[in-house]
Amino acid sequence: MTHIDLSVVNWARAQFALTAMYHWIFVPLTLGLSFLCAFFESIYVRTGKKEWLSITKFWMTLFGINFAIGVATGIILEFEFGTNWSNYSWMVGDIFGAPLAIEGLFAFFLEATFFAVMFFGWNRVSKKFHLFSTWMVAVGSNLSAVWILVANGWMQNPVGMVFNPETARFEMNSFFKLVFNPAAVSKFIHTSSSGFLFASLFVLTISSWYLIRGRHIEMAKKSIVVAAVFGLLASSYVAMTGDTSAYEVARKQPMKLAAIEGLYKGQTKAPIVALGILNTDKKPGDNQKSFVAKIEIPYLLSFLANHSFTAFVPGIDDLVYGNKTYGIEGAASKMVKGRKAIKDLELFKIARKNKNTAKAAAALKDFKINQAYLGYGYLDKPEEAVPPVAAPYYAFHIMVGLGTLFPLLFAAFLFFSLKNTLVEKRWLLPFGFISVFLGLIAQEAGWVVAEVGRQPWAISGLLPVKMSSSNLDPQNIQITFFMFFGLFTLLLVAEIKIMLKQISIGFEEGGDLK
Amino acid sequence: MIGNLDYTTLQQLWWIIIAIVGALFVFLIFVQGGQTLLGQVAETEMEKSLIITSLGRKWELTFTTLVLFGGALFAAFPKFYATSFGGAYWVWMLILFSFIIQAVSYEYRSKENNFLGSETYELFLLINGVVGVLLIGAAVGTFYTGSNFTLDMYNRVTWDYVLFGLNLRGLEAAFSLFNLSLALFLLFNARVTGASYLLNSIDFSSNPGLETRLRESVKKNFLISLPFLLYVLFSILLMKGFGVDKAGVVSLVSFKYLFNLFSMPSLLVLLLAGIVLVVLGVFLTSFKTSYKGIWFNGLGTVFVGFVVLCLPALNNTAFYPSKLDLQSSLTIFNASSSMFTLTTMTYVAIGIPFVLAYIVYVWKLMDSKKITVEEIENEESY
Repeated sequence: MTHIDLSVVNWARAQFALTAMYHWIFVPLTLGLSFLCAFFESIYVRTGKKEWLSITKFWMTLFGINFAIGVATGIILEFEFGTNWSNYSWMVGDIFGAPLAIEGLFAFFLEATFFAVMFFGWNRVSKKFHLFSTWMVAVGSNLSAVWILVANGWMQNPVGMVFNPETARFEMNSFFKLVFNPAAVSKFIHTSSSGFLFASLFVLTISSWYLIRGRHIEMAKKSIVVAAVFGLLASSYVAMTGDTSAYEVARKQPMKLAAIEGLYKGQTKAPIVALGILNTDKKPGDNQKSFVAKIEIPYLLSFLANHSFTAFVPGIDDLVYGNKTYGIEGAASKMVKGRKAIKDLELFKIARKNKNTAKAAAALKDFKINQAYLGYGYLDKPEEAVPPVAAPYYAFHIMVGLGTLFPLLFAAFLFFSLKNTLVEKRWLLPFGFISVFLGLIAQEAGWVVAEVGRQPWAISGLLPVKMSSSNLDPQNIQITFFMFFGLFTLLLVAEIKIMLKQISIGFEEGGDLK
Repeated sequence: MIGNLDYTTLQQLWWIIIAIVGALFVFLIFVQGGQTLLGQVAETEMEKSLIITSLGRKWELTFTTLVLFGGALFAAFPKFYATSFGGAYWVWMLILFSFIIQAVSYEYRSKENNFLGSETYELFLLINGVVGVLLIGAAVGTFYTGSNFTLDMYNRVTWDYVLFGLNLRGLEAAFSLFNLSLALFLLFNARVTGASYLLNSIDFSSNPGLETRLRESVKKNFLISLPFLLYVLFSILLMKGFGVDKAGVVSLVSFKYLFNLFSMPSLLVLLLAGIVLVVLGVFLTSFKTSYKGIWFNGLGTVFVGFVVLCLPALNNTAFYPSKLDLQSSLTIFNASSSMFTLTTMTYVAIGIPFVLAYIVYVWKLMDSKKITVEEIENEESY
């Protein structure tokens, strides 16, 4: 087997995590705020009232500040696939590249072209064309999310492809299976609606601050009504697709589900852990307890995973060592088959190079028997198939906990807004003020659940992350890691300072915002 | 019809599509060229604002075209993506770095409380304009001069150019006079198109001095770019190229690119037309009072860029040659995606004219009125 420099893999992983997590601070806001700006402007065009123009321009200014840094942190992600993960790029480029190219062609150009009209076209195009442009920016932003999540969904649940031993890579054989991959569909709806939710919290936070300070009261109240309705709708989508995602993960990534629930021994009528502290000494296969303390809701995990209260949910031990009773093949057994597949592939390549047709055909026949287990052949031990448990476990529970609070918050703000008593509810406003920070925690936690829970795989079950990296000296990635860390931090500080200044300037009462 | 295209045709078609996107990118880096002119042609804060506002309405198109160029290469020629990006690590990382700092500079430069100060954001724009364009030019140059990599039987790349104990990872491209000349031509041509674009988009009635300096800049930068262009052209005509035979064996072939030009006369015509258009654009701007020079030297730049990208790839040529192991060189045949993927993407590419159409429509709509001092003072600007 090829020698793998784990320090390169780990630094490449750290750099990708760094850039993705920074990017993920800004993207959800772009996804949601673009639609909120479109809503505000639609109301302005319909009513012709100047105050709605001021509201639109205020939120649009904040959108623009956030959009720029989202673009800056996004470009690096696309190219990092090549620079840090060149083996991965070659292995999956035939499948992964197409969604990225479509994203660039149809989504980014829509955003880029109409962004200029949205910001500089107020006196250059008609009112209706300007509104159309704002909507196009919103559609473009969300369309880009479709394609990147098609790519990500494929990494979680690889469909619509075959492995080609001639080229030693995965190749697409069904574009529609790729696009309508259940993992991609539920991921897109879950992610975009969580972006809408987050942007609604952003509006709630700033508007609550104005109400607490007694400034721009009418503008803030109007902004809250729109954001609360949007946030409430988005919350219900987040909840629904969260359920669909859990069901999908149970089918396609049972190890991820076991990790996010800290479930080591599989069971029927499995409960879900509502609150719990993990035992950090616990290892797969030992007899220690998984939790130091926990509160469970009976039957719920079985129901979420299988839509049956009594169904069996496999645990980490079942997936690592196998469980004959339930017909589960363990990672240990898959590794043996995977190593055989690697050996046969090598024999095939050598025979092809030596133009030995008979040997090549025999090796290919043997390879095809075990090719589904190819990825497992690169694992050093069965326990390597287990992702880090603590990070996805805590992240999942934080995400779900916060996700349950948000609809209540939106409902309360909407209720009191409609009764026109929101300003008097001084106890509620601080909750609105802190809500965006909680939303940010939930957003980042969601990312940790999806991506840390996918480990050790770059492509679930097929390609481990450690086989995906470029052949680099780790110092190269260390230098660029700190370059990007420093730069992104500087830009984040700049963004926050500019945004705070714009917020302190506030809405232009009765006229245009300067 | 698309479903009936054979694999070779699809591979060639996709290289041509990528060359078109690349050529449009070479035109759109007038934004970067314009950024490098800021400190030289703007004498007042208002002049600076006029220039930055004008360029700021187009920077995203350039940026998005670069992203599309990368995405299309990933999709259509993933082996190139994996080999070049994973191998010439520092070239691509520095290009990316220069584009990241550009992305925020327009939006943040004139905003209150911007933390780093306007001058820092202007410096970011200068770095993007100079470093970004030079590195892209040198990277394209390696299509002709080759790179220092080998591939194993699983197509994993090893890059090997060590200087003083350091693996330069692509930065050694700067040691080639050809690469350097192509990079410098690209930079000075971007300054020509940048100045030409600014002349077309700004109302100079309150700033006649800026117009004079921009016209002077077009002439000066064109004259500086000329020796680099001539060196690149003569080198291409005279140098050995990397040919590939029917069995896929790569070898050095004398006058390969000259031969390619004569084998593909449409490229020869485009190259000559491109050069004439660039010169015409410069003439109209520098010696006449025309504001439309950008359309001539812009179109000329697209033509020349297209030829420069097609010449080392079509007609059985290895477009990403390896200097260390000729048989590791990449051709459009061994580096491409599968036939299924290329066919699928060709269906998707039917949408390209629609995308181009709305870009042109919105461009015309936004540029129908020139940017004025009043607009900078009273409306949203950078």
